[in-house]
Amino acid sequence: MVNFVWLGMMVIGVLVAGFNGHIEVVTKAALEGAQIGVQVALDLIAIITFWLGIMKLAEAAGLVRALARLVQPVTTFLFPSVPREHPAMGAIVMNLSANILGLGNAATPMGLIAMQELQKLNRGDPKTASDAMCTFLALNTSCITLIPTTIIGIRLIYGSADPTEIVGTTVFATAAGMTVAISADRLFRYIYSRGR
Amino acid sequence: MFGIVSDLSRWAIPIVLLLVPLIAAARKVNVFETFVEGAEAGFATAIKTIPYLVAMLVAVSVFRASGALDYMVVLFSPVLSAIGMPAEVLPHAIMRPLSGGAALGIATDVVKTNGPDSFIGRLVSTMQGSSDTTFYVLTLYFGSVGISRYRYSIFSGLTADFTTLIASIYVCHKVFGS
Repeated sequence: MVNFVWLGMMVIGVLVAGFNGHIEVVTKAALEGAQIGVQVALDLIAIITFWLGIMKLAEAAGLVRALARLVQPVTTFLFPSVPREHPAMGAIVMNLSANILGLGNAATPMGLIAMQELQKLNRGDPKTASDAMCTFLALNTSCITLIPTTIIGIRLIYGSADPTEIVGTTVFATAAGMTVAISADRLFRYIYSRGR
Repeated sequence: MFGIVSDLSRWAIPIVLLLVPLIAAARKVNVFETFVEGAEAGFATAIKTIPYLVAMLVAVSVFRASGALDYMVVLFSPVLSAIGMPAEVLPHAIMRPLSGGAALGIATDVVKTNGPDSFIGRLVSTMQGSSDTTFYVLTLYFGSVGISRYRYSIFSGLTADFTTLIASIYVCHKVFGS
């Protein structure tokens, strides 16, 4: 699927630029895209290093385990293949909490830690996503958001009379998305496991 | 409401930075050494994502700059009016799963052009707040552990994104009218 989307964007992009007679934008756009990719990764070094340190402290203090135990009924239902006390569970819980609070910057490094822990549990081919990884990413990309911080800021800048009035509609939309994400993940997992 | 919300976002991380080291110290953890030990892996983890990010962002960037994205808008506009979606927000809906920065740029532009308290402004705000950059997240997260076969996760991600979009349109019509 990612191969198909990637190829599609590339081929259609180049062809459209050619037909429109401005083929020169392709090279420029490609280089710009590459530059942004590297820039994002470099920006991530600082924040990932920082949060990895804090995470290790939280883990050593027993905080991660405490939080994970609190939401255990939900997580054991969602991640049947992850052992209850495994560090992956703690990282997953921290990542989702940060997402719910709209703290994208804090969510990413914890999500990456969760992926590393899930990879350790991956019994299949190390280049193929495990069931738990697919569930985690379905949740991660559709997670309920209580505080959409960035867009509230944008609304404030452009003089909204009530910048937070979209919080209610956002919570509704994310709740719908998350419900469907969990169902879709289960459904596709079932279809895929039968396909083999 | 906004007071509580912004206070909560402002305090959340400082409180973590206060409590985590304090509790760790109370449990006789060597706080500095433990932090460094954990942080050691940061550089490698971040650097590992470069090839994946570059691959995805090059394709997105070419697709957008070529004008292909604009054609997609024209192509889909008849379908849009049927589901009550203003054509102005379509580029956002397409870009949202692909690139967070680009989607935020489009949302900012739409809010600026139509006004934050217009129906379109409120709708695009809800769309921006409610969805995540599915492709970016998948690329980054799978990339960081060297996974190149995503199986069905793109399908579940996009199904959820589409639901969120429809739910945003529905709830905005209900709550804000128009």
